[in-house]
Amino acid sequence: MVQALGYLKETASQTAGPYVHIGLTPNFCGIDGVYDADLGTTMLNERTLGERISVSGRVLDGTGTPLRDALVEIWQADAAGLYNSPSEMRGAADPTFSGWGRCPTGADDGVFRFDTIKPGRVPFKDGRPMAPHITFWIVARGINIGLHTRMYFPDEAEANAADPLLLRVEHRHRVATLVATGSAPNYIFDIHLQGEKETVFLDI
Amino acid sequence: MSDRANGKPETGAFFPRDRNWHAPALTPGYKTSVLRSPQKALLSLDGTISEITGPVFGHSMLGELDNDLIHNFAKPGESAIGERIIVHGRVLDERGRAVPGALLEFWQANAGGRYRHKKESYLAALDPNFGGCGRTITDEEGFYSFRTVKPGPYPWQNGVNDWRPAHIHFSVFGHGFAQRLITQMYFEGDPMIWKCPIVNTIADRRAIEQLIAPLDWANTIPMDARAYKFDIVLRGRRSTMFENRMEGN
Repeated sequence: MVQALGYLKETASQTAGPYVHIGLTPNFCGIDGVYDADLGTTMLNERTLGERISVSGRVLDGTGTPLRDALVEIWQADAAGLYNSPSEMRGAADPTFSGWGRCPTGADDGVFRFDTIKPGRVPFKDGRPMAPHITFWIVARGINIGLHTRMYFPDEAEANAADPLLLRVEHRHRVATLVATGSAPNYIFDIHLQGEKETVFLDI
Repeated sequence: MSDRANGKPETGAFFPRDRNWHAPALTPGYKTSVLRSPQKALLSLDGTISEITGPVFGHSMLGELDNDLIHNFAKPGESAIGERIIVHGRVLDERGRAVPGALLEFWQANAGGRYRHKKESYLAALDPNFGGCGRTITDEEGFYSFRTVKPGPYPWQNGVNDWRPAHIHFSVFGHGFAQRLITQMYFEGDPMIWKCPIVNTIADRRAIEQLIAPLDWANTIPMDARAYKFDIVLRGRRSTMFENRMEGN
């Protein structure tokens, strides 16, 4: 016998289900008066540094139908490339920028939208700069474990070409699934859950 | 104690997720997963600073009744109908360390199994005094608790006669965005757990059992509420001793 490692097992994920809004965006689904506002609807204020952008898009199923019951969260660095997190050891992030946003997909059109700033570049583990990107996390009825992916910017071709994560994508035509369309300041990022245009999802 | 409570920076990458422990994306018994499951392999790589970091939520954002679903939607002087319970437990990581400052959000059906949502069509009655959402943040030792009523089971359109066992949905933030988790808590002794297509998306019985909260008689409050204990485990971090400085910086 050897010593036991003694690690615990992560609690298993379960789907967010059809009523995720009740818990995470109650005001959005008409449950007023419990919380003043839904969390994650505002990421910045007028003092926040950086280029204002919007990111909107849809989450599409295998038939190309937009999900109208999904919830999308994003997490990103500030304009200087610093995360507003205690695990950020490189300096203090812009205190007026949360870096985190949450948006349900629209009940009619299935569109989500974030008003944010363009993130600065942050380093990969080996020090190489990653291209500017926004981390996405998608949950919905029918999704058993939240899906991680990233959005990169279409006007950063040079940085994208050297991005350590994008370089790991074996089938090069799939890199495009991680790059937004549109142009500054309004970017569009559609997420395809399956099919020919399936987004590259991350086990990270 | 957590590394955060010890004042140590938490900059290690997270343990890889055990994808055999979690449900796979495609679980045909849960029909909605068929068209919503990625079919291509995930791109696996060690977490970067973009996943090791995560948002922080302060206790100051919480309202007095946020962790009391019996009263947070009720008219003054009234309360939700149903079996009064306390749900409490601890948020830990895979190394067994407490996760302080973890935002927990929870939502559920009322005692009759009805959700307060416009897409909900079950004929059970709404409770005018029950909204169904609550939230709290773990203390410095990772503990949390909230009051609610025990949710009822309800039927749903999947198979001809599928029912959800009584459950409470949980959304959890740890300290890194890679720890983000949504799960469901079930109640000890419910025979419907093992009939549920959503529960059975998980192949490993031990992983299901970890979602079932035992009745906690010791913490039951006489003449008031029974207690259920539900601990939640988030991904652990590697020790940072060899990786707390990025090369080239």
